[in-house]
Amino acid sequence: MTQTRNPGDVVFEARDLKIGAIQHDGSEIRIVKGVDFQVRRGEVVALIGESGSGKTTISLSALGYAKPGLSFTGGEAMLLGRDVTKMTTDELRPLRGISVAYLAQSAAATFNPSIKINEQVTEAPVLHGTKTQEEANAKALDLYRALELPNPDTIGDRYPHQVSGGQLQRLMAAMALCGDPELLVLDEPTTALDVTTQIEVLKAFKQVIKEEGAAAIYVTHDLAVVAQIADRIVVLYNGEIKESGPVDRIINNPVHPYTKRLMAAIRPMPEAGQGEDSSDEHLRDAPALQAIAIDAGYGARDSNGKPAVPILRDVNVAIERGKTVGIIGESGCGKSTLARVFAGLLPAYGGEIHLDGERLSADLAGRTRAQLQKVQFVYQMADTALNPRQRIRDILGRPIDFYGTAAGMTRRQRVDYLLDLVELPQQFADRYPHELSGGQKQRVNLARALAADPEVVLCDEVTSALDTIVGANVIDLLNRLQRETGVSFVFISHDLSTVSSFADEVVVLYAGMVAEQGPTDRVLSPPFHPYTRLLVSSVPEPRVGWLEEAAQTREAKAGASGGVKLTEKGCPFFERCPLAIPGTCDEVDPPKLDDGNGHIIDCHRPIAELSVSG
Amino acid sequence: MTSSDTPVGAHPDMLGGIPDPEDTDYFVAPYDEGVSFDELPDSAPKERFRLSLTGWIGALIVTFWVLIALFGPFIAPWGENDLPFPDDYSEFQTPRAGAWLGTDVEDRDILSRIVYGAGRTIGISFAATVLAYVLGVVLGIGAAVSGPKVDMVMSRINDAFLSLPTIMLGLVVVAAVGSSIPVLICTAGLIYATVVFRLARALGQEIMVMDFVEAAKARGEGRWWIITREIWPNAAMPLITDFGLRLIYVILFISSLSFLGLGVQPPQADWGSMVRENLGALQYGESIIPVLAPAFAIATLTVAINLVVDDVSAQAGGRLSKRL
Repeated sequence: MTQTRNPGDVVFEARDLKIGAIQHDGSEIRIVKGVDFQVRRGEVVALIGESGSGKTTISLSALGYAKPGLSFTGGEAMLLGRDVTKMTTDELRPLRGISVAYLAQSAAATFNPSIKINEQVTEAPVLHGTKTQEEANAKALDLYRALELPNPDTIGDRYPHQVSGGQLQRLMAAMALCGDPELLVLDEPTTALDVTTQIEVLKAFKQVIKEEGAAAIYVTHDLAVVAQIADRIVVLYNGEIKESGPVDRIINNPVHPYTKRLMAAIRPMPEAGQGEDSSDEHLRDAPALQAIAIDAGYGARDSNGKPAVPILRDVNVAIERGKTVGIIGESGCGKSTLARVFAGLLPAYGGEIHLDGERLSADLAGRTRAQLQKVQFVYQMADTALNPRQRIRDILGRPIDFYGTAAGMTRRQRVDYLLDLVELPQQFADRYPHELSGGQKQRVNLARALAADPEVVLCDEVTSALDTIVGANVIDLLNRLQRETGVSFVFISHDLSTVSSFADEVVVLYAGMVAEQGPTDRVLSPPFHPYTRLLVSSVPEPRVGWLEEAAQTREAKAGASGGVKLTEKGCPFFERCPLAIPGTCDEVDPPKLDDGNGHIIDCHRPIAELSVSG
Repeated sequence: MTSSDTPVGAHPDMLGGIPDPEDTDYFVAPYDEGVSFDELPDSAPKERFRLSLTGWIGALIVTFWVLIALFGPFIAPWGENDLPFPDDYSEFQTPRAGAWLGTDVEDRDILSRIVYGAGRTIGISFAATVLAYVLGVVLGIGAAVSGPKVDMVMSRINDAFLSLPTIMLGLVVVAAVGSSIPVLICTAGLIYATVVFRLARALGQEIMVMDFVEAAKARGEGRWWIITREIWPNAAMPLITDFGLRLIYVILFISSLSFLGLGVQPPQADWGSMVRENLGALQYGESIIPVLAPAFAIATLTVAINLVVDDVSAQAGGRLSKRL
C-alpha cells in the first residue's frame, strides 16, 4: 500500500453502480439503479434521502459489502482504483478497517460492553499488523484529544457504559480513524443524539476529518446537519441520484423538485410573535388533563415510598381542551416518564393527576374504563407498538369494541372512517403491519388512539423515528385532526423545531424538573431560562457556517460538559449553567418567575437578566 | 463553483440531466414539475417461505417415516413376531428373499420389526413432546405474565428439575414405577417440559415488554386477552420450530431408555430396544445389519427433522436460531 496522499485524489468512485435483490425466479428487484459519484481526498460527500432511498446500501458498497439478500448487479465501486464489488471476502479483509472504516448509527450497539474502550479503539490496526500496540495507543490518544474528549489520558481505561452517549459516538470515530483509513463511511452518526450533544459531535467529526486528511461518505436524512459537515451533497430518491453538487449550491439553490421538497420539510424556528398567544380565556374551564406536583421514578421503593431512581420532581402541567402542549428536553430528562404517569403506566409516588377536574387513580387498575378511554397513548416506535400478528382491521377494531365507540356505525364502517381520517386507503384494513411503510404504520398507531374517541392523546416522540418529509406529513395530520375532532395533544419530543411548529404551549423539562413553561412563542423568545437558550441555540440551521458560529457562543461551551441528573435540591441545571450562582442555585429550589400570560421561568436570576440576548 | 445569473433549473436546456458545462461537479436528474414523490416502502417485499434442497430432502425423509409409522402394520411383509423361516434355527441370517434385511436374534424379520418399531418410537416420542409442550407452554407463559414472586417460585422449582441429568432421572422413575408406554410418555413429557418452560417463559417475557402489550394493558385489557391475543400469536412460530428440535431429543431419549432395557419391553419392537437385542450380531453374527438398520432409522429421522428445522429457523431471520 503506497502512503502518498495527495489532496484531490479520487478515493472512491461509484460508476453506474447497481444493487438489487435476486428473486428465486431469477428476476431482480433493483434497490440502487445506477449511481455515479466521486469522493476525493479531504472531502466529505453526503448521501441524503429518505429511508428506502438506498443511501445506506450505496455507502456499504464502499466496503464491498451488500446486505444479506442483496448483490451487486452492475457497474463498479472503485476504492483506490480497485473494484470492490468483484472482490472476495478474503481480498476485502485487509481493506476493511484499514483502507475504509465504517461508523454505525448506534455507538452503544457497536462497542462490546465487556471490553475496555482503548482495546476496542486500537483493535483494527493492531489486528491488521499496520501498527504496533504502542503506536496504536499513541494514535488513539491523539484522536481522543482531537475529539475533545474529557480526560483523554484515562478515558480508554473505561468500559463503554461508563461514558455518555455523545462521548461514545466520538470514541467510535476514534475507533474508525485509528487505522488511518483513506475513506470513512458514516451512517447517520448523530441522528440518535440530542441537539446539544449533536453540536459537539459534529464539531469534533468535522475537525478530525480535516486534520486526518481522510475522505468521508456521510449518510443522513437531515439536511441541516449536512449543511454543517459536507463539501458535496448527493440527493437520492428511490435508488437514483436526483441532484448532486457542492453543498452551498444544493442548499441555497436547489433545482430538482425533490430537493426543494426536502428543504421545505425543514421547519424553521418560529420567530417571536408567531403562534397563538393564549390569554386568560382558557383559565375558566378546568383543564382536560392536569398534573399537580408530580413526583415519579423507577425501582424499588424505600420506607417513605420513594423509588430508587427518582426521575420527576414537582412537575405541574395543565393540558387545555383542544390545545397542544409540547414537552421538550434531552433524553433522560423525564419526558416519556411524564407521559407514562399521565397514562397510568407508571404510578406517581407524589402529586395528583386530574382528568376534567376529577382526581384520577395513579395506577391503571384504579381507573375506570371510561377514564382509560379518555387518555390514549401513542408510542414512538410503530414497529413495536402494533402487534405484528394482527391485521390493521383488528388493531383498530379492538378499541372500538372494547370502549363501545362505534358511534352508531358498524365496526367495519368505523375502521374505514378512521383510515380515512389518517389518510390511508381503506384496503389497508386487511394488511398486516409489516406490509406498511414506517410513516403508514405511524398513522395506524395514531388511528388506534383515535379509535377510542379520546379527550387527550399522549404522543411520545411520534415523529422521531420518521424521515423529515414523512414526519412533516404526520405533523400536518395531527394539526388537521385537532381541528376536526377537538382532541388535545401532549406532544413529547427532543426536537425543538418540531414542537414549536405545532404546540400551543411548551414545557421545557430538564433533569426531571420544569425549567420553563408557557405559550410557545413566549418560551422561544427572551426572556429565556438559561437551558432553553442553550436548546434554542443548538438547533442546527440549514445553512453553511452555522456550526462554526454556534460553537463560539457561550451556551454551546456551557453545554459541552456536565451530566444530567435529578438533584435533591436546587436547580439541576446548575453544573452547566453559565449564569449559575454558587451557593444559591445548587442549594435552593429556584423561584417561579412569572413573565405574564402564563409564561413561567424557574430561575434565581431576575427576568431582566434573562432577557439579555447572547 | 461559478455563479450564474440564471438559476440552473430555470433553463430549459438544462432539463436533460446534462451537467453544467462550467461545473463538472454538478448534476441534476431530468424531472417534471409537479411530480409527487411518494413515501418509499421500508424494505424490499419479503419472499415467501421456500424449502432449500436440504430442507426438501429432510421433509421427504420425515414424510416417509411418518407414513411408515401410520401404515406400517398394513404393509409389513411379516408380523412383528413372526418367524419367516420357521425351520431354520440359525440367528442373524444375512439378507435373502423373504427377509430383505435378514433376521434378528430371535430369527424374526428385521424389516418388519423396523416398520412396527417406527410407529412405536415415533408415536411415543410425539406424544411425549406434545405433553411437554402443553405443560411447558402453559406454565412458562403463565410465569412470564405473573408477578415476579410467582415467576421466581416457578422458575426455581423448574431449575431444580433441570439440574438433574435426564437419563438418570428417567431411569430412576421407570425403575421405580415399572415400564409401560404411558409411563414412558409421561416421564419423557415431564422431563422435557422443564426445557420448554424455560423457552416459553423467555419468549413470553420478551413479548411482554413490547409496546403493543403495554398498549393493551393501558387500554384496560384483562390478562386472558393479553395471553391469548397479544402474546401467543407471536410466540407460536418460534415454539413450533423448537417443537421439531425437541422431538429429536425425545426420540433419542426414548431410544436410549429402550437400549438400556427400561423402555419399550420385548417382544414389542422399538428402534432403541432392537439395537440392544441384536448387539450380539456384532460379535458372532453373519451380518451386522440387525444392529445397523435400527440405528440407521434413528439417525435418518433425527437428521431429517434437523434439516427441516434448520431451514425454517434460517428463514425466520436467524433470531430464532440464536434463541434455540
